[in-house]
Amino acid sequence: MLAQPDTPAANASRDAVIDIDPGASCLEIQGLSLAYAGTPALSDLTLRVPRHRVTAFIGPSGCGKSTLLRALNRLHDLNETVSRRGAIRLEGQEIHAPEVAVAELRRRVGMVFQTPNPFPMSIYENVAFGLRLQGGLRKRQRDEVVEWALRSAALWDEVKERLGASAWSLSGGQQQRLVIARTLAVKPEVLLLDEPASALDPISTLKIEELIRSLKSQLTLVLVTHNMQQAARVSDYTAFLHGGELVEYAPTDALFTNPRLVRTENYITGRMA
Amino acid sequence: MRRLRGEGPWAWLAAGSVALSLLLLVALLALLAGRGLAHFWPGELVQIELDDGSRFAARPGREERSAEGVERLYHTGNREWLGTPWRWIEVARIVEQRRPAELVIVERRRWGDFIGRVAGLEEDGVALDIDDEAARWTTLDERLGRLAQLREARDALRQQAVMPRVRALAAEQDVASRARLEDELAAANAEVLALQARMARDRVVLESVTGERLALPLEEVLALQRPNAMSLPAKLGAWGERAWRFLSEGPRAANTAGGVWPAIFGTVLLVLLMSLLVAPFGVLAAIYLNEIAHQGRLTRLVRISVRNLAGVPSIVYGVFGLGVFVYGIGGSLDEWFFSEQLPSPTFGTGGLLWASLTLALLTLPVVIVATEEGLARIPDHQREGALALGATRLETLRRVVVPMALPAMLTGMILAVARAAGEVAPLMLVGVAKLAPQVALDGEFPFLHLERKFMHLGYHIFDVGFHSGDVEAALPLVYATALLLVMVILVLNLTAIFLRHHLKARHGALPR
Repeated sequence: MLAQPDTPAANASRDAVIDIDPGASCLEIQGLSLAYAGTPALSDLTLRVPRHRVTAFIGPSGCGKSTLLRALNRLHDLNETVSRRGAIRLEGQEIHAPEVAVAELRRRVGMVFQTPNPFPMSIYENVAFGLRLQGGLRKRQRDEVVEWALRSAALWDEVKERLGASAWSLSGGQQQRLVIARTLAVKPEVLLLDEPASALDPISTLKIEELIRSLKSQLTLVLVTHNMQQAARVSDYTAFLHGGELVEYAPTDALFTNPRLVRTENYITGRMA
Repeated sequence: MRRLRGEGPWAWLAAGSVALSLLLLVALLALLAGRGLAHFWPGELVQIELDDGSRFAARPGREERSAEGVERLYHTGNREWLGTPWRWIEVARIVEQRRPAELVIVERRRWGDFIGRVAGLEEDGVALDIDDEAARWTTLDERLGRLAQLREARDALRQQAVMPRVRALAAEQDVASRARLEDELAAANAEVLALQARMARDRVVLESVTGERLALPLEEVLALQRPNAMSLPAKLGAWGERAWRFLSEGPRAANTAGGVWPAIFGTVLLVLLMSLLVAPFGVLAAIYLNEIAHQGRLTRLVRISVRNLAGVPSIVYGVFGLGVFVYGIGGSLDEWFFSEQLPSPTFGTGGLLWASLTLALLTLPVVIVATEEGLARIPDHQREGALALGATRLETLRRVVVPMALPAMLTGMILAVARAAGEVAPLMLVGVAKLAPQVALDGEFPFLHLERKFMHLGYHIFDVGFHSGDVEAALPLVYATALLLVMVILVLNLTAIFLRHHLKARHGALPR
């Protein structure tokens, strides 16, 4: 926010972006720009994500919301064509700092994808996957964590009888909750959800949304969705992105009932695809 | 049918092509099965009198039309008197044809088949006085049974008493131990000789229909049948027994008689060794190409080259194997480790190891391509899911990607096995043998003899069909061996398919 030119337009957009108290923020994104093979996807993004709240990123396709989410646990590292500028801090620590191990970062910042992606192993082994990577847990402790994670993901009662069954035998909604349980099992501080319900039926979607609300007490959630009703239902804060820029960022109620900018209003009322 | 209506000629053309392919396949298998399996059937024997008064006993075969009329091929056996066991006869010359029940066909260790009558039995050169026909047969059966027991005892003695001492003697340096071992060996050998003397006790007197007599030691008899007196179940039993002997025995008489066991064993062992060699290389190469390598121009070039390697004629791989493996690596191994045996080569000549390596090289592209396709089908979000849990790339590969690609890898192995098991051309350069009765796996250290030459069903077909002196005897064997080769490949493939199905069933199909 420091180097921006003092034009009316910039002022307007700055007004539309609320400032979260640094003490209450979990993730801090500052001046983040990102490009795929020279094509800019995010430009000069600055915002703070509040701790123990649900923050939704909304915007039309290609606005960069998924790109931003993936940047938060460094999934772009694998893609050599991605170039990045700017800073992302998790609890004040720069995540690209050389002393940060990427595996440890990803454990602290879990991610759930659009398509359910259980691994080719049993339900139990799926949840225990992250625990086994860390090692050092006895069988009984591991059993406890697996049960806790499945309960947290509201899946325990449905699968407790068949923990040894293949994870691929579950329904789509169950698979997605299994994936959430798998992520919860390593006790992350932040959970990133990339359109977690877009491949699911309405009832499964409802369950996932309930789950998101209930997890708020334990960790910080960041949700990317193209479904505005969903964002309105589950999130506390909403950021509207367009063309790789942050347009408006406000408490969800305020953003949906009283958007500051015409662009935001057009989008949430459906006048802009 | 209902679905095809209204689809126009294309649907019919496509369906017709499938039907034609299936028909060809069924015809091929039916030809192989018909000609191959009929060979073991104990067909009836006939006694024939010709217009010139001459007589002979034989098993009738196929007929051919010529300018003089219809000619029929007869298997007469009795090579020592007739010169050849086959005879073409103009059907018009046959005056009388009878089927006496007492005609026997004897499969002998030497001189091929005998066809005629059993005239009597001898014990220690003295004729036994048995008049009754039925009693003579029971006695003969009893004595054949006694012989089989003696033979078993002798073979066991050789295996357990003689061979270990011979090996121990070769390794032993100490003079006292050597003397003791030599004594024991002599005793064991004497026992074997005693058994053999008892085996030589009985002889069967055979008489041909023209009156030639022959006293054949019973131990020369491999099988003795009276097909004209056999009931259908007995014939079926005899058929099963001959088919089993074909599978379980080694070849005799320059591959024109006997079984193909060493060839079956060689083929299967070769394919298994090839699979063991090609699987790790192919899978690792595919993983590198698809998961690790930078996806640039060079990787694309390598990928195209690998795919093109699959089209190189197999004999070219044979030449490569001969030049690099046999002469290059094998020659060097001989110089370094087996120099005391030079100039006779150990690894510097074709053998099981070099043949399986050559086949592994031949099938490598197939495995790489199939594995790569399997890896490419795994959605990226599966990999990212593991990475997002803090897994390294290696852990992601090992725990998520490879298990999901396993069915594709097995598909690659199935294709590789199918290609390798039927390959003959490269083997002729790198170690297949016309006759290698000693299989490469036995109880002698180091148990698996990779330097040995081996027999192969494919090459056996070629050798029996084109290099044997007795074409008429070889032809049914060619069909039977071809059928067997198809069966062996089928079994190997089914094993891999079953394994793949089992893996898929464990986790269901890949989610799309």
